Parts: sequence; structure tokens; C-alpha cells
Amino acid sequence: MKRGYTLIWLIPLILAISLLPVIAHSVIYRETIFLILMYITLAVSLNIILGYTGYVSFGHIVFYGIGGYTSFYLMYRFGVHLILAMIMGGILSAIIALIVGEAVLRLRGAIFAIATIGINEAIKSLVTNLQFLGGATGMFFNFKIYKTYGGAAKAIWFAYWIMVVVTIICLLTSYFIKNSKFGYGLFSIREDEDAAVVLGVNTKRFKSIAFAISAFFPGLVGAIFFFKAGNIEPDDAFHLVKSIEMIFMVMLGGFGTVSGPPIGALLYERLKGILLINPLFKNLHMAITGFILLIIILFAPGGIVGWFRNRFKKLRSLLE
Amino acid sequence: MILNVENVTKKFGGLVAVDHVSFQVKKQEILGIIGPNGAGKTTLFNVISGVYYPEEGKIFFNGRDITKVPSYKRARLGIARTHQIVKPLNELTVLENVMVGACFGKTGASLKQGMAIAGEVLDAVGLGHKRDVITVKLNVPEKKRLELARALASGPEVILLDEVLAGLNPTEADEMLQVILKIKESGITILMIEHLMHAIMKISDKIIVLDHGRKISEGSPQEVASDPKVIEAYLGDPDLALRLIKSKGNTL
Repeated sequence: MKRGYTLIWLIPLILAISLLPVIAHSVIYRETIFLILMYITLAVSLNIILGYTGYVSFGHIVFYGIGGYTSFYLMYRFGVHLILAMIMGGILSAIIALIVGEAVLRLRGAIFAIATIGINEAIKSLVTNLQFLGGATGMFFNFKIYKTYGGAAKAIWFAYWIMVVVTIICLLTSYFIKNSKFGYGLFSIREDEDAAVVLGVNTKRFKSIAFAISAFFPGLVGAIFFFKAGNIEPDDAFHLVKSIEMIFMVMLGGFGTVSGPPIGALLYERLKGILLINPLFKNLHMAITGFILLIIILFAPGGIVGWFRNRFKKLRSLLE
Repeated sequence: MILNVENVTKKFGGLVAVDHVSFQVKKQEILGIIGPNGAGKTTLFNVISGVYYPEEGKIFFNGRDITKVPSYKRARLGIARTHQIVKPLNELTVLENVMVGACFGKTGASLKQGMAIAGEVLDAVGLGHKRDVITVKLNVPEKKRLELARALASGPEVILLDEVLAGLNPTEADEMLQVILKIKESGITILMIEHLMHAIMKISDKIIVLDHGRKISEGSPQEVASDPKVIEAYLGDPDLALRLIKSKGNTL
């Protein structure tokens, strides 16, 4: 176990990308990069349970929805500040992950994946039927809410910078887990859970904690996204396609690595952008995504980062 | 008595895999466990290491009742094991595999200490040169040694060896026996399941024989080898056994 140098380029890269909209004075850049940062955080957090622990959380977007709804409700109803509402959204996501995990983390393989889809759909229909959360039509912000932040324009920039901070904290978390004793416990669960438990790993607790951490960050992201959007509805908050996108980003970049998911997220956002503005492909983007996923699984199961690590051994300390 | 197994029964549905088995192991002793295929030897190991809880009976480790203690806690108390069907952490390096043992077992090492311990243990079992290899690339005998290294790195008081000699050629098996004797000298108690009769007879202080889940014999290697019940279990025909005893003397 040698500490790698991944963060030396990864964090500056994220900061550089984040500063682009300021340097270019561009609102369009800001929107694009907000999405990239959001994807990065979603992919990196999913990677903690999927890549490190080996549990395919297929309905992971549920935590984004829970965080989004919790914080939106707090801001909408009680005028709670974004930062506080966001943290509460994240914490509630993590708590729900702990409770749900108690049941579903006993399952393994495909059954676990299917169970997580079920949870997403169940919570979606629950929210759709809760009138205080706006039911199927969801909730809309009154413009007044943005006043606290100095008006709508400033509020959006504020949300942007919060997103930058969350992304960096998420990356640091992922890095430190990867290089910790806790991380090695997770890897041993991924490789052989029965061996791990006999070696002294408290697999049940480790899985729960990993699941809670990987649910916390999507909770934060959901809070920021829906604050910025100004409205929230069940179909957006618990959109299963987003879950598939998260898995795709992790697999594309390289699951189980620190740098893979951010790279995968960056590439996916760009790919999606190109496909969606192309009249020929705009309806086919999920089909093309699926095809690429198939190619990755067949020919480069380690994703882009895994492929480079195998090819160029010297790059290993830079590409964790 | 470091380990005391009292009247343990483990059933799978209607099948009684381990049937009221009792035995005791003294500190620094090597206990050999033999028996035909399907006799319940590995199930017995699974019960001792906590993979299964027995339906009846109790297990005491250093005088403490561990019958209901979960597997990972037993590892931390100092019970380590290897698996008959190896369970390597495939995508980790050999060193990292052993580090997991050192970090989460009784040793409870930090990552840094774990790395140092893992390096030493790998040298001791003769895998030092493979430390940075991804485990999936090892061959079966190497994986067996890795299992042993991982168990040793956890700093156990008792180690359960499930057919560590199987699949090794005679030279490798001899080397492995030397390693096992060294483990014993370092103060560790060993329970081993083995099919290589001459090896287990040579190395064990005491042997128990299982057949259809029941303990049919217990004693020194000589006593066990001359027990007609043991011969019957292995050869199935008591008359044949008697003839063999007459013609070959009291050996298996």
C-alpha cells in the first residue's frame, strides 16, 4: 500500500474546471460545469458502495431524491438556509440508508440490485402520495426564498460554489477511504465476503457505514440541484435513468478507483451533451450509453483508469 | 485446555453433519482430524470458526463460551483458519491479502504495521517474491500458502488448517510440514484436517477420526491407526481390514 499522488492532479483539475465560468464570465459554462460537478459527486459516492464494497446499488438515485425533498421542504416551509437544509437532507439520506441497509445489505449480487430498485420505486410512490410534499406535482419555490442569498442570480452562483465544495469533500472522502484500514475492510468484502468475516472484518457494520456514506453525498447533491432548479417533483427526484447513468459513469471511469468515477462523469456529461444536440442521436442517447457500457464490461472491465493502470504500470501511483 | 468442544451437533435439514462431537485441545498441540469424504470435518471447522452456530453443544476458547460469538469476533479473539477451497481476495495484491489478516485479526495492526507484518509472514511461508502480484495470478499451491500466511498474520492462538497439503507435490508438502512445525514452536495451537496419512501421522500429537459426523476414534497416531473402527470407516469392509492388519501390521 503506497499512498498515491492522484489528488495532486485531481483536485487542481476540479478547481480549474470550477473556475472556468468565472474566468469566461459565462453562465452557460456555469450550467455545464454544475452538471459535471454533480455527476462527479454522484459517481464518486456510488463508487464507495459499488466499487469499494462490491454492492451494486441500482436504485442509488433514491438518496438524491430524499436529500432533495428533505431540504426543499425545509427551505420551502420554514425558510431554512440552504447549507443547513442540505446537511439535514444528507443526514436523512444516510439514516435511511442505515435503516434500509439493515434489511437489503443481507442480500447479495443481483437480488441486492433489484431490491434497491424496489426501494427507489417505493419511496417515489410514497412521496407522490404525500400531500404535504405536493403529491405528484411537487413543490415550487416562491421567488422570495432567493432573497436571503441576494436575489435569484446570486443564489444560483451560491449554489454553484456549494456544489464545488461538496464535490471536493466527496473526492477527499473517497480518497481517504481508499487508503484507510476501513477501505481495506471494504475491499475484502468486495472480493470475498465469507473470507472477510473469518478474517475478522465486521462485514455487517462495514457495509452499513459504506452504504450510509455513499447515500450522504447524493443527498447533498439533490438538495443543491433542486434549490437551484426552484421546483421538485417525484419523477425528477427519483428518476431511475439517473441511477443507470451513475452506474455507467463509475464503470466507464473505472470502478473501485479514486480517479475513475470523476473521469467517467466528466466524459459522460460531454458525451451526453454531444449526443443530445445531435438531431440523429438525441433520442438514442441511452441506447448508445448502453452499448458503450457493454463494450466496457466485455473489453475493459476496469474502465478507463483500470485500462491505463494495466497498460502503464508507472502511472499507477498517479491513477489510483 | 485452549479449545474445548462439548457435544456439538450441526444439522443441515435432515442431514446431521456433525453429530455430538466432543474433544479438547491443549495449548501448542497439533490435533489432526481425519475421516472419509463427507465425514463432517470441514463443517466442524466452520462451527469452530463461527461460520455456523451449532444446534446443540458448546465451544469454549480459553475457558470462555464462544458458542454464540460471531465469526469476526472469534478471529479477533485469536482463532484463525484457512479454507479447503481457497478464498483469496482476488483483485488485491498478495501483500494486501495478508495485510487484511493482520489488520482485522487478533493482531489488530494499523495499515503501516500490517504491511510490515505481512511482509515478514510472506517471507516465512516462502511467498515473499510474489508480494506485489495480483492474487488471481497465483497458482493453487501458492494460494494455499497465501491462506496460511493470511491466517498467521492475524496473530492467532489457534489456527485451523483445512487441507493445506492437498495439491502439493511431495517436496512442497515437506516444506509445508516444516512451516507447520515452526508455527507450533512459536506457541500456536494447530487443528488440521488432512488426507495425506503419512504426513498427519508424523506431525500430530493427537488425532480424532470422524465418520458420518460422529467421532469414532481418538488418541495418539498409533492408537488411531490400529483402531478397527477407523479401518472399517476407511475401507468399508471389516474383514478386509482384518486381513490388511494381519498382512501389513498395524498401519493404515
